[in-house]
Amino acid sequence: MSASVTAVEETHDKAGRLHPEPGGAEQGRFAFARVLRKGKGSLPIIGSALSLLVVMLFSLGLGKYPISPREILQFLCQKYFGAAFFPADRMSLLNSILVEIRLPRILAAALIGSALSTSGAAFQAMFVNPLVSPSLLGVLAGASFGAALGIVYLKSWYAVQIATFLGGLIAVVIAVGIARVYRINSTIMLVLGGIISGALFTSLLSLVKYLADPYNQLPAIVNWLMGSLTFSDRSMVIKSSIPICLGLLVLLLFSRHLNVLSMGDEEARSLGVNVQRVRLLVIFCATVISALTVAMDGMIGWVGLIIPHFTRMITGPDNQKLIPATLLIGAAYLIVVDDISRLAFSYEIPIGIVTALLGIPCFALVLRNARKGWG
Amino acid sequence: MMSLFEVDSLSFAYGSAPLIDGLKLTIGEGGVVALLGPNGSGKTTLLKLLLGLLKPTRGVIRLRGKEIHEIGRRELARQLAYVPQVHREAFGFHVFDVVLMGRMPHSSFFSRYGDKDKQIVWEALEKLGILHLAGRPYTEISGGERQLTLIARALAQGVRVFVMDEPTNGLDYGNQVRLLERVGRLADEGYTFVFTSHHPEHALAIADRVVMMQSGAIIRDGAPLSTVTPERLAELYGLPARLFKSEMNKGCGIPLLRHGAAYHF
Repeated sequence: MSASVTAVEETHDKAGRLHPEPGGAEQGRFAFARVLRKGKGSLPIIGSALSLLVVMLFSLGLGKYPISPREILQFLCQKYFGAAFFPADRMSLLNSILVEIRLPRILAAALIGSALSTSGAAFQAMFVNPLVSPSLLGVLAGASFGAALGIVYLKSWYAVQIATFLGGLIAVVIAVGIARVYRINSTIMLVLGGIISGALFTSLLSLVKYLADPYNQLPAIVNWLMGSLTFSDRSMVIKSSIPICLGLLVLLLFSRHLNVLSMGDEEARSLGVNVQRVRLLVIFCATVISALTVAMDGMIGWVGLIIPHFTRMITGPDNQKLIPATLLIGAAYLIVVDDISRLAFSYEIPIGIVTALLGIPCFALVLRNARKGWG
Repeated sequence: MMSLFEVDSLSFAYGSAPLIDGLKLTIGEGGVVALLGPNGSGKTTLLKLLLGLLKPTRGVIRLRGKEIHEIGRRELARQLAYVPQVHREAFGFHVFDVVLMGRMPHSSFFSRYGDKDKQIVWEALEKLGILHLAGRPYTEISGGERQLTLIARALAQGVRVFVMDEPTNGLDYGNQVRLLERVGRLADEGYTFVFTSHHPEHALAIADRVVMMQSGAIIRDGAPLSTVTPERLAELYGLPARLFKSEMNKGCGIPLLRHGAAYHF
């Protein structure tokens, strides 16, 4: 016994020598340990914000009528600061191309990318599961069913959007409800509930497709579900941006809670977090924003799975850095993918197909490194 | 003086069969209380009831005179810390970030963790001698280091009372002793510990009081040396073997499984 105690004293001394001046000034006391921690600080967030800006600038210039980044900057200076680079007719041409046509589409891509990847990151943190994405809990399936039902039975565009949103929400209510029925408040039950609810809505979707008029409605449903940003116009982007931004804001504010939640329910509760309330709120927000992306531009898969994974490799699992960074990187990613989908071939291919084709090999590569962040 | 925990006619059942039935227990401030008992005796359930994580079917638990379920989650987290069994389910958070989570009950919703919180974390890490682990992923350190991290988090929570579920579970012999030594040192500084254990010798090593549980009831409660005796252990765990008594220590006992094995030297 006494031998072990001596051993303890020795290790303690070793630890004691780690900081050079044990009794020194309060500020410098942990300086050495701080260096050992090797924190990257807010560098990843600043980096991803900058890359988003660069991607937006270049994407504005890309298209059948290419405009160089220099011209775009000159255009912005003239428009907002009154500098004089271009004559009036050129200005109005640039204005209609950049502001009326390309900007709404780029903003739509940014909104959708950030909504999908942020809700994916939130779901992954909450369920402590790397394979979770907005399609868990049946969100995307429910939203797609809502959209299909809307296209067949409701004529107004507005009604279709509301049906999409409601479909996503009902899918989550069913998933959570299944977990509740058995009075087990565990993650596994929620995930299983999501799988059941997703399967239910996928089969309901097939039913709607079967019943749809094969000449007009069926192609409309299929096109929608493949995902395309061609539907984005200015008013739609503005209308959808308000709830999406609110949802993103809530998820950002709860990033610390997500850290604690990923340590398990009991620990989170013992750290003073109201687990039930926080979890329902996070699920609600993540669901709303991902269902809204389906309402905007159809089903765009894989983004919510890949981008949080990729970002975690840069920032580590701390959600206070991961959530903001994944929001920015997700936006930049979807803008780039949209550029590919509209420019790579002579006519546009649905973005949902491109994200899947890019996402699947990426995921296979990411999986190799996944252990690093997941342990 | 108001006692820390006051448990009266406590019952708890998951389904119909009660796990804990009519339990009565008072725990004061300061010192180390060890809960011993065989698997399924209800000691972990009692621990979770004391933490307010489970709701009693009947009976009452008072923390410093106040009914525990009337205390809000945040307030409770400022009075009690839960040190769970070492687990691997988390992401590879930095040790520093895990300990920082202990500041959760002290931070307001809109503010981030401040410099004061971080200073407290550094001090907690220093106190447990794991300053050098601050930047290591929680998933890549050893079981003993992980348990120290969880204790540091409890320390950062700023509480005086630590409730630990089998703190030495999964640690090698050396780490068990080192961990108990840390706990003992913190207890000497006036922190209160309530812990469950499968090792009677750990109760002897650091506890001031031993509570023995069997089928949801307390069967013995007293000072370690008079409670953890070979006879009591044989009774509690239903041991077939005779227990070897050492000369210096009349408590505890080592099972003799081969006749006379310990005497052959």
